[in-house]
Amino acid sequence: MKKKFATIALVAAVAAVLPALASAQSTIDYSKYGDYAKFGSATDAPGACSYQSIGKKNYKGRTLKVITHAVPVMGEPTDLHAKQFSDLTGAKVDVVHVPFGDLFQRIMIPLQTKQAAYDVMFYGSLWIGDLHNFLAPVPPAYQKVPGMVDVTPNYKDVATWGDTMVQYPVDGDRHYLKYRGDVFNNPEMQARFKKDTGRDLKVPATWEEYNEIAKYFSNWDWAGDGKKHFGSAEVTKRDDLMFSAFISRVAAYAKNPKVKGGFFFDLKTMEPQVNNPGWVKALEMFIDAQKAFPPGGNNFGLGDEIFSFGGGQTLMSYSWDDAFIQAMEPGNPIRNKVFAAPLPGSKEVWNRVTKSWDKFETPNAPPYITWGWTSAVAKASKNQDMAFDFLCFFSNEANAYLDLQIGRFGVNPYRKAHFDPTFWQQKLGWDAKVAESYVQTLSAMDKSSNRVFDLRVPGVSQFMSTLAAGVAEAMAGQKEPKAALDEVAAKWKEIVSKIGVEKVRAAYANVVKLEDSASTR
Amino acid sequence: MNGSWFRGYKLAFLLPALLSLAAIVLFPLFFTIAVSFSGWDAVTPGLNWRGGANYAAMAGDARFWEAFGRLAFLAIATVLLEYLLGLALALLVWREVKLRRFFRVLFLVPMMTTPVVMSVLWRTILHESLGPVNDILGHLGIPAVPWLTSSLPAVASVMIVEIWQWTPFMFLLLLAGLLSLPREPFLAAAIDGAGPVRTFFNVTWPMLLPVSAGALIIRLIEASKMLETIYVLTSGGPGTATETSGYYIYIRGLRDFEISYGAALSITYLVVMIVALTIIAKLLVRAVKGKAA
Repeated sequence: MKKKFATIALVAAVAAVLPALASAQSTIDYSKYGDYAKFGSATDAPGACSYQSIGKKNYKGRTLKVITHAVPVMGEPTDLHAKQFSDLTGAKVDVVHVPFGDLFQRIMIPLQTKQAAYDVMFYGSLWIGDLHNFLAPVPPAYQKVPGMVDVTPNYKDVATWGDTMVQYPVDGDRHYLKYRGDVFNNPEMQARFKKDTGRDLKVPATWEEYNEIAKYFSNWDWAGDGKKHFGSAEVTKRDDLMFSAFISRVAAYAKNPKVKGGFFFDLKTMEPQVNNPGWVKALEMFIDAQKAFPPGGNNFGLGDEIFSFGGGQTLMSYSWDDAFIQAMEPGNPIRNKVFAAPLPGSKEVWNRVTKSWDKFETPNAPPYITWGWTSAVAKASKNQDMAFDFLCFFSNEANAYLDLQIGRFGVNPYRKAHFDPTFWQQKLGWDAKVAESYVQTLSAMDKSSNRVFDLRVPGVSQFMSTLAAGVAEAMAGQKEPKAALDEVAAKWKEIVSKIGVEKVRAAYANVVKLEDSASTR
Repeated sequence: MNGSWFRGYKLAFLLPALLSLAAIVLFPLFFTIAVSFSGWDAVTPGLNWRGGANYAAMAGDARFWEAFGRLAFLAIATVLLEYLLGLALALLVWREVKLRRFFRVLFLVPMMTTPVVMSVLWRTILHESLGPVNDILGHLGIPAVPWLTSSLPAVASVMIVEIWQWTPFMFLLLLAGLLSLPREPFLAAAIDGAGPVRTFFNVTWPMLLPVSAGALIIRLIEASKMLETIYVLTSGGPGTATETSGYYIYIRGLRDFEISYGAALSITYLVVMIVALTIIAKLLVRAVKGKAA
């Protein structure tokens, strides 16, 4: 009797403990899928997107079709997580890689011709204006998973059209200033700059200061390595994302915190604002900055900018994270010498209502929440359950922590947890001060109530390529800045007229709602 | 043999080729024409009829016509230079010279490479910060050239890459032409005491005219489609200095997703090219025939 009772008690005890054991966080090993072991292992966070939860799904016999960017940027993490998803669920995941220049039409044509070519799409988030009608809303269950709840307000806003989340956040992008702290904090450089200019060498708070410092530090060896160095690396190649670099500069002069209702257009009249004095001033400053470019700097694509700043050629740069991450790569001579700061601003901002310049004691420096990578599920997909599970898994906490560590993946911080400096220090070996400047700069952008987003309207590519062509003509000296932007404004009017004024206005109203207020998410 | 049976037999043999032609050439052409009369873009998909609106817009599109002008200049200039260089190289290895076979293969290498890959390599070579060209010029005491960031050097850079890639094509055709020339006129010229220069101008080149005309026409057709070099090297810049009509059509039609407008530009481009190249071909043939007479 006693023996029987003991046996029953033992079995009961084991049965009570087993679930706890099963739910204990397990460690993910990525080495099976490639050379990822050097990034260490990750802990599987509990939740619907975890390895454990996804591993319980049975998608055997089903195929998930995914379109993504070419390897490595976004293409490589897609491949990695697709293989993992396939191993866990039995699903067959077909991944198609497309270069960026072809990505929009490869996604759009099947959608417009009602072919169910892809279930999951990875693309540039600014295309939401053209794509939103074809996208399945993110179901409430996925919006409640811990990883989604932790996405910062800015990136929930980026994923949203009106009041509906139609994009699944997998990346967070913004433009910010990167600079060489070893030069700015060097007493000799500070003394030299003060002697020659009469001003203190400090991180530029305005674009005027940025240009002055950049020009001062051009064409001489301030790094002590026997080579000439220069002041600024900027993305200037016409059809290689130059429009984003230009918007970074325009924000300070034209996104007035006192004037609501439109940065690219006056929302009420839909009159393009791209040739107002604020925009013209920004273009004049962009042209002036050419004096601080390294040789070839007028034809720098994003890749050139990354390697110019990240390779130590230039003192400052501003764009996406990539140049910063490049600079912080292990083995890079300038590792832990670079710091992050908000984009420079302006003490004068054009007021399009009073048609005059407003003066600000503290420089107006609206953050530019630029486009980055995003993902979505096609409304026409017959595999939406599997598709959302894939995206949920792709961006689960463990996978995101791995992806953030690998610069070439193109995944940048987008959750509050990602702005913990200890992650960057412990996992990536960043100095505390560098990590602190990075997370503070990025996380502060969420608190602004005067932000610039991309022109997320139908036909955005037409607007941006017209803008880039006009800016490029002015930069090349083919046209005066005002004349170039006047032509851009005229073309924008034609584009609006062709697409439909009310259609563009309705879409732009969504953008204005984001720009003129702090996020309410 | 029954005539109708024979005609049916002929048709059966021709049918696969005709169907392929229809599918690959005719259908895309007619579909593009149809699209050019629609308003298909990112916002309004489908073949919605818009009449000649795209063609009217194109007529006033100064950027398109300027791009055409640049294309004409680039195509004609590069092809002429390719012809001169190709002919010079062919003449070098035409006769009995040492390592003739080696040089003949060496001169063909650029043409065998992938245009996009070569454009990327050339972009690196001409890179003003990282490339070796300005470095070498510096050692020779020559100031650095803004190869890709100033208008005229950028045009020159595009031409350099195109000429480097396609001179071998001219070389190949002209060498084949030279090798096929009869020996008797050369013997007669030698007997008459003609030197190498007179022999070239009075014997070699006139006999080479038919091959030259063919080579020029073929290269002009190909050069008019110039895109990869510009896409990789300059993106049409600085400003619009190297933007050709092909690149502009790519930007408007595919990047901006103005499918219908891109179709209208493409059809116009096709018509202009057919007319222009037909005229050039006729002029060249007339020149050849005139010389022969």
